[in-house]
Amino acid sequence: MSAREEILGRIRRAVAEAPEAPEAGIPRAYRTAVPCDDLAGLLAERIADYRAIVHVVPVALVPARLAELAAGKRIAVPDGLPAEWAGPAREAADAVLTDPARDELGAADAVLTGCAVAIAVTGTIVLDAGPGQGRRELTLVPDHHLCVVRADQIVAGVPEAIARLTPDAPLTWISGPSATSDIELDRVEGVHGPRTLEVVIAI
Amino acid sequence: MSGAGRGRGSVTFIGMPRSFRENAAEAMQDAQLGRNLRKATHTIRGKRARVVEELPDWAELREAGRAVKDHTLRHLDRYLLQLEEAVTRAGGHVHWAADADEANRIVTELVRATGESDVVKVKSMVTQEIGLNEHLAAHGITAYETDLAELIVQLGDDWPSHILVPAIHRNRTEIREIFRDRMAAWGRPAPEGLSDEPAALAEAARLHLRERFLSSKVAISGANFMIAETGTMVVVESEGNGRMCLTLPETLISVVGIEKVLPTWRDLEVFLQLLPRSSTGERMNPYTSMWTGATEGQRFHLVLLDNGRTGVLADEVGRQALRCIRCSACLNVCPVYERAGGHAYGSVYPGPIGAILTPQLRGMGSELDNSLPYASSLCGACLEVCPVAIDIPEVLVELRARARHPRSERMAMRAAGWLLADQARLSRAQRLAVRLRRLIPRRLPGPASAWTDTRDLPEIPEESFRDWWERS
Repeated sequence: MSAREEILGRIRRAVAEAPEAPEAGIPRAYRTAVPCDDLAGLLAERIADYRAIVHVVPVALVPARLAELAAGKRIAVPDGLPAEWAGPAREAADAVLTDPARDELGAADAVLTGCAVAIAVTGTIVLDAGPGQGRRELTLVPDHHLCVVRADQIVAGVPEAIARLTPDAPLTWISGPSATSDIELDRVEGVHGPRTLEVVIAI
Repeated sequence: MSGAGRGRGSVTFIGMPRSFRENAAEAMQDAQLGRNLRKATHTIRGKRARVVEELPDWAELREAGRAVKDHTLRHLDRYLLQLEEAVTRAGGHVHWAADADEANRIVTELVRATGESDVVKVKSMVTQEIGLNEHLAAHGITAYETDLAELIVQLGDDWPSHILVPAIHRNRTEIREIFRDRMAAWGRPAPEGLSDEPAALAEAARLHLRERFLSSKVAISGANFMIAETGTMVVVESEGNGRMCLTLPETLISVVGIEKVLPTWRDLEVFLQLLPRSSTGERMNPYTSMWTGATEGQRFHLVLLDNGRTGVLADEVGRQALRCIRCSACLNVCPVYERAGGHAYGSVYPGPIGAILTPQLRGMGSELDNSLPYASSLCGACLEVCPVAIDIPEVLVELRARARHPRSERMAMRAAGWLLADQARLSRAQRLAVRLRRLIPRRLPGPASAWTDTRDLPEIPEESFRDWWERS
């Protein structure tokens, strides 16, 4: 008998006498929508709690702010980054690496991306490898991640985010910079992922 | 390690054959360990309490989490088959392993097929449970742990002592010594003049592992959740070593216990709120990776592991232990764990959850496993914080009833049963006790001393209640 048949057989014998636990009996009385008047403000506050850098910027001023942040840096960018806000940043940067191969990633000082969804309550940005976000390694290897969040991408809580996302593409949920508390529970920002997370919220 | 028969967990901590009580008594002599544990457990429990307080619907989330897990476990066969189909459809390969030996063999063959002799690993309790690193090493394959704490444990040739922060028994000075003495043997040496500042030690780990991440062709992970409906795997972490391992290598092998499956994508809306807040006490952990099948050109293998879990599932009281999402909240509130530390439990699963999971997975054949259900004062704090409402005290009491009891205790209980069964017999014995009351010592001799070491013997009155009742 294969291990598959053996395990399935053991499971069936194990639960044969067990009480029923129907799907319809799962209580979902928790909140699936959280009321919030200031999503951008809450998101900014919660991201800052993780010791990430946050800028809340009117949409019209986003290109200029990104240019300031990119100035003097070698910037990696994914395909599909909206030209209207990334154009000035490309010009201000020392060098622009578009969708770089892995061995070029080490040369980037920072990576500039958009995101798919942001969750205000938890201070989380979610990347789904869509346009303007790139392959997963793009936002992993460079030491500085610069991420732009549009106001319409912000939801209040985790359930709203799950409802907007599908797992067809790989998802990366990011809540602050890489961190560890493994040594005497002292929190250190930055182990293997980007040590600096900088989020620009466009309102 | 011993191949203790199909379907049983087989990894025992070497040098830990004694009972929990003896291990704990020794650990309590270590003042440094006591301070580390106290600081760690109290800090995390405080953070947890604050972020749980923030959610007005915590009780409802917890109830949903419990019910989703119970429903899944009741229909585990169906959800595993659905998961297998979804992963396969997305280009992944699914393997089934009935026990530790089979899982180790499968993973070893998969690594061999790549021609590689090095693999990088994401922190995974299940691969520790099956002794995967040791098995790979015996077949010429080196597994490099990449989580900072697991790296400290691996370089120090040590055992993890906490689910979330496995190296919490080490202080910064010890960690610096370990890095200075041992890093060179495993790759890039520690930087010259390394200080014992946590930031400097984390930087040393970053440098030590960076090249390895970029050059490794094979990674091994566990998973926190698997979604049957979509075939999606979920790994939550903090440092980014997980993202490195899951993203960069050409081949990814995930070894996951069969109880980690959830039916639907939507179920994550519950568990991604319950887990981070219960575990690290954060609103969300820094990184969560989700992928479905073969992703971005990677080869993906999923090894589904039983290793005693179906035995637990068959137990009507004990099966609730399979709801566990390994958050470690129960460790941080447990007065026994706080004093004894993780090593005393002699298992990769320490603390209250370990005290009910280990004896069920491994059986209660050894002195240690037989003693684990007693590693508790039954105070109930673990149940209160458990995000999936596992009634750990209930399972502990059930397992105590099944534990082997010492001969002296069995004889005493038999004698008590005989005495209490007959009214006349009891009255005669009581009168005898009254007459001998001056002769009964405060401490009982021989094996019975185990009882009086920690308890006072009741005073025997001058007259039994029955005699007084009849007289007056």
